[in-house]
Amino acid sequence: MGAIDDDILQWLRSDLHAYLDLPVKAMDSLAIPEASFLKGRNQYHSTAILKEILAEVPPGAVKILGLIDRDLCIPILTFVFGEAQLGGTASLVSLARLRQEFYGLPPDPSLFRERLYKECLHELGHNFGLIHCRTRECVMYLSNTVTDVDRKERTYCRDCDVTMLSKIETGRS
Amino acid sequence: MEPKVNILVVDDEEIVRDSLASWLEEDGYEVEAVENGMKALERLPLKEWSLALVDLKMPGMDGIQLMEEIKKSRPDMTVIIMTAYATVDTAVKAMKRGAYDYTVKPFNPEDLSMTIRKILEHQKLVKENIFLRKELKKQYRLHDMIGKNKQMQDIFELVKTVAPSNSIVLIQGESGTGKELLARAIHDESPRREAPFISVSCAALTESLLESELFGHEKGAFTGADAIRRGKIELAQDGTLFLDEIGDVSLKLQMDLLRVLEQREFRRVGGHDLIPINSRIIAATNRDLKKAIAEGHFREDLYYRLNVISIHIPPLRERKEDIPLLVDHFVDKFNMEMGKTIEGVNEGAMRLLLDFAWPGNARELRNVIERAMVVTKGKTILESDLSLPAAAGRPGNHGKSLDDIEKEHIRLILGENRWNIIRSAQMLGIDRVTLYNKIKKYELKKPLGAEKEV
Repeated sequence: MGAIDDDILQWLRSDLHAYLDLPVKAMDSLAIPEASFLKGRNQYHSTAILKEILAEVPPGAVKILGLIDRDLCIPILTFVFGEAQLGGTASLVSLARLRQEFYGLPPDPSLFRERLYKECLHELGHNFGLIHCRTRECVMYLSNTVTDVDRKERTYCRDCDVTMLSKIETGRS
Repeated sequence: MEPKVNILVVDDEEIVRDSLASWLEEDGYEVEAVENGMKALERLPLKEWSLALVDLKMPGMDGIQLMEEIKKSRPDMTVIIMTAYATVDTAVKAMKRGAYDYTVKPFNPEDLSMTIRKILEHQKLVKENIFLRKELKKQYRLHDMIGKNKQMQDIFELVKTVAPSNSIVLIQGESGTGKELLARAIHDESPRREAPFISVSCAALTESLLESELFGHEKGAFTGADAIRRGKIELAQDGTLFLDEIGDVSLKLQMDLLRVLEQREFRRVGGHDLIPINSRIIAATNRDLKKAIAEGHFREDLYYRLNVISIHIPPLRERKEDIPLLVDHFVDKFNMEMGKTIEGVNEGAMRLLLDFAWPGNARELRNVIERAMVVTKGKTILESDLSLPAAAGRPGNHGKSLDDIEKEHIRLILGENRWNIIRSAQMLGIDRVTLYNKIKKYELKKPLGAEKEV
């Protein structure tokens, strides 16, 4: 949604394909709906953007993952890293709070890449029906802070992985 | 598999309902979101709810009113009030009326997540605690007998071992230690449990009345005997006959009993036919039978006939660790009988109960708890609710003589037993003659309305 660096799209596509063993394609960018901007909060309403994404699902796509370089929230929470339809098609991840610069710290591109990858796997996990996991190291653990994100591994735990694979296989058949 | 956690969300804004529901569902909770208080109250009886997240400002019934309604039927349900318009007044009001927390929208995700986890963890601990306490209670309980004290646990084991047999059991212990309860436990553990348990209080009756009570009588056996009457021995056929206060039986009756126990047959008073006995005999006494034998008040041969299996119940002062268990048990029992929901005793009251010597043992403790539950005004029994001599709100015992304290205690016990001399004497651990002498000494007067002295 809006402008995203092409190299981010490329390595993300490659990493997600390698882990999930599913074809991953990059779409052309969509405009950020201005109606999703919450002026009082200086944030974008992620559910409103998710609705826009849903309207653009290309034929043959099983899931659609949006990336946005803006701070997101849902009205009830001060912020979200992303949002996904549980067991649905669309998900959205914000890059804003995954950058060290957001916290007044020097940029760290490799840390940013790790965080983005994990959060994309997290939201996609929701799309495939996974709920939050109690294992802190699992990608599906609820991350309320970047510390939580950094503590996670790059993978699902065994139980979530098995569930994820079975959902993917069901989708294939 | 962990049971599902059901969360009820009540908010008039659809976007709040939808987003909160999705966020909570991602965490694995089952969520229902409704738009107002009336709908929430309709949903309330339909599920086991762990938690409600309720918006403060809603048209019609507001969040606090809804919470109060919820608490009427589900006092244990946790309610979090949420609002976009926080004021100290409403926060205090919400907490005073029973809200677990009062949070301002939008929530910090970490805070909300942690609050919900803390609530659920606490609920889980409470449930586990209740379950464990029930399990512990089972372990520390044999029918109506309660005890985790080692001697009591050994007694429970012994009961389970001897119950299936027909051997005579002699239970010894001070008044109020639960000798009859133990006898009933033996009966209930035995194959005779479906048959009668017949109890005879040997101290309560005169010799002739006791004879008739035990053996029954034939028609015409004496003046007033207009019909056959089956005695307790006969009524206990196939079951258990409990001879309480066997130490108080006259020497003549002791001889008759010995013959009956040896020959396993008896005659009704005034009768000719021998009737076989097949009941199991349990006897109990608070007397020191060996001392009674030495003093010539009890037959040695009867003692050895009765003392096949001997169980000694320790006095309550020797098993103080059982006092909290007993208190719990009595509170539960009287809650049921009185239709109350008293939660227990406070720390100060428990200390007093633990410090007290309990001359009347568990029966005295039961009476104290029963009285306290009648008089207490709150959900917890306080020191002032207890009728222990040092805790009854009367002036402390400083400056009082031993006689004063004894007089007060005897008056209290007589009052609790409505001047029933036998029960009072048992509870005080003295014989009736001694009690009569003390009543005379202290010039205690029976009030109107007390029972006829027995």
